[in-house]
Amino acid sequence: MYEQVNYINTSTLLFLISIIGIFLNQRNILVMLMSLEMMFLAVSFNFIFSSILLDDIAGQIFSLLILTVAAAESSIGLAILVIYYRIRSVITVELMTLMSG
Amino acid sequence: MYITLIWLPLLGSLVSGFGGRWLGRYGANIFSTTCVISSLILSLLIFYEIGLCGVTCQLSLASWINVGSLSVKWGFMFDSVTAVMLVVITSISSLVHLYSISYMETDPHCPRFMAYLEIFTFFMLILVTADNVLQMFLGWEGVGLASYLLINFWFTRLAANQSAIKALIVNRVGDFGLSLAIFTIFYVFSSVEYSTIFSIVPFFQYYYFSFLNFKINSITAIGLLLFVGAVGKSAQLGLHTWLPDAMEGPTPVSALIHAATMVTAGVFLIIRFSPLIEYSFFVLRTLIIFGAMTAIFGAMTGAFQNDLKRVIAYSTCSQLGYMIFACGLSCYNVSMFHLTNHAFFKALLFLSAGSIIHAVSDEQDMRKMGSLIKILPLSYSVILIGSLALTGFPFLTGFFSKDFILEIAQVSSYSNLNNNFSGLACWLGSLAVFFTAFYSFRLLYLTFINNCNVSRVKISLIHESNLLMLIPLIILALGSIFIGYLCKDFFIGPGTNFWGVSIFNLPSYTNQIEAEYLPVKIKWLPFFLSTLGIILAIFLNISIYRWYKNVQYYNFLTFLISKKWYWDSLYGKFLIRPILNFGYSVSFKNLDRGFIEIIGPYGLMKIIPSWAGMLKKIQTGQITHYLFFTVLGLCFFSIVLFLTSANHLFISVPFILYSVLLFFI
Repeated sequence: MYEQVNYINTSTLLFLISIIGIFLNQRNILVMLMSLEMMFLAVSFNFIFSSILLDDIAGQIFSLLILTVAAAESSIGLAILVIYYRIRSVITVELMTLMSG
Repeated sequence: MYITLIWLPLLGSLVSGFGGRWLGRYGANIFSTTCVISSLILSLLIFYEIGLCGVTCQLSLASWINVGSLSVKWGFMFDSVTAVMLVVITSISSLVHLYSISYMETDPHCPRFMAYLEIFTFFMLILVTADNVLQMFLGWEGVGLASYLLINFWFTRLAANQSAIKALIVNRVGDFGLSLAIFTIFYVFSSVEYSTIFSIVPFFQYYYFSFLNFKINSITAIGLLLFVGAVGKSAQLGLHTWLPDAMEGPTPVSALIHAATMVTAGVFLIIRFSPLIEYSFFVLRTLIIFGAMTAIFGAMTGAFQNDLKRVIAYSTCSQLGYMIFACGLSCYNVSMFHLTNHAFFKALLFLSAGSIIHAVSDEQDMRKMGSLIKILPLSYSVILIGSLALTGFPFLTGFFSKDFILEIAQVSSYSNLNNNFSGLACWLGSLAVFFTAFYSFRLLYLTFINNCNVSRVKISLIHESNLLMLIPLIILALGSIFIGYLCKDFFIGPGTNFWGVSIFNLPSYTNQIEAEYLPVKIKWLPFFLSTLGIILAIFLNISIYRWYKNVQYYNFLTFLISKKWYWDSLYGKFLIRPILNFGYSVSFKNLDRGFIEIIGPYGLMKIIPSWAGMLKKIQTGQITHYLFFTVLGLCFFSIVLFLTSANHLFISVPFILYSVLLFFI
């Protein structure tokens, strides 16, 4: 029932979906942040499944740490977003081209 | 005495050249002339000692180059050939010095002129007295350098600059041949000393060395390369173009360089190397062909020139042809005799031409002279003597040498010696005699006897030169009359032992005795031809009805010949200009400024910013694009890892990296 291929497939699929979510979304930066969170989730899944399969606690510790880091990052990211919105009053990704080479 | 003779001109040159501003004009003149006249006296003593008493002298001063088997010394060898050359050089040089004191009187750079003349004499003395080829080459190059300085004496004139450069460069072509000859000599004989080379030449007669997989006879190769050197210096056909143009220098320079000394260096070289050249049949034939063709070419071209000095220059060219083919006929002593005589009458012709040019306010065109016989009787008489000597008038100087050369050429074509080439030499030489007489008397007629074409203002200024210029002329005129008769028995008398070992003749090539016993009617031939030339010149010039002026072919021919057979234009068109074009468009524009710069600094400078611009365009500022490249890079990385770890494809890391690079370019 818990076939390992399925676990890995699920987490990889989740990861790829979140990458595509970042790629295909040209408008809203909030969706990008959400995809980012989904990537963290996929990685966390992977760690937890692996830890169970390998019977090792380190994966679960890592996933806890990742959760913490993800929370911190999303808070900082949202804060930056708020500041950005306050200045530009728009959060469209397409228009963020000030730093071109 | 021997070394003093050589160092005196150098001393004179250095003192009058560097100390000219303290010595002043007259100081420099007197000092340098004294030096060269002392050299003349010493060389007469040497001539007595070597030529008459039969003593040769060899001096070795110091070691010059000592590397491995190459050991070159500063050595001086005085034998008969050297002694004759010494007398010729120093006497002509002394007279030219005396002459130019007065001729260059109004020139502001007199000390420099004297210094150049002296340094020329010095290098010429080094050339003839050297006892090894390398030291001879020093003199040879020094003479070329001095000729550059002298032709370019009036360095503000463009024509003088061009002629000097031409003289130097055309000479340098020959010098290259000579240096190759020296290399070959060292390669074959492992020595550069005359005495060593000449004593072992017979053993190398059938010695072949291999060059580019060709088997080459060493003696023939050396002889031909030496001849290339002689062609350059002695203005033989092919490299003769510098000689007439070198008339841009002052007239005493022409007399010194282009009559008596520098151009004789090539002939001297051939005579000096007689023990080597004698063993190569092929080289002797080459000498005959080139000499004969130069003789006829110079004589024909001289006949249609209108510049007074150019006529004499082509005459020099023609007479050098005689000397060279006399060498080709193995009569080196006759060649040397002609060289001596020619030095006297050609210096006379040049110096009297200078005197005429001086008199008519520096006008050189013969068509703008005429009727000078009344005003310049002395110049007329000396130039008449010079011209008669040149045409080989009986019992003048030229008769004894030139007619003997022709007799020798006739011997080998008449007897059963079976020498076909000397038949060519005989006919071309005899025709050259005819043209020689023609242009000499054309010159005399146009300058002295013709209706006067000088402008009235200039006529009133014409005067005979002063005594200082006339004395050398008179001495040279006496020389032109008597030298041939006086020296005949030394130089070419039957059984003379004057030359000692300095000239070598293979017994099988000796044909001078036969020349003495030619049928009389054949011996008359040159005299008849020169008389015919004189008569024709006079007839053409005094005939009132110029019938020949309207003949189309005649006009074409005279135009062709007066343009020097288009040698200069053809050289310019097919040799000089393509080489210059090659130098500019290929080696300069395409190679130096093109290819090497494009793969070097310029190309990199252009290509790196454009690559950088392309790379810069990737960074658009869009976050999604950055993400795309991040993921793409990850994919590439994983592909590379996959492909390199799984060894089933012939793809390596560098290849993939190059393809990535190419993708970016």
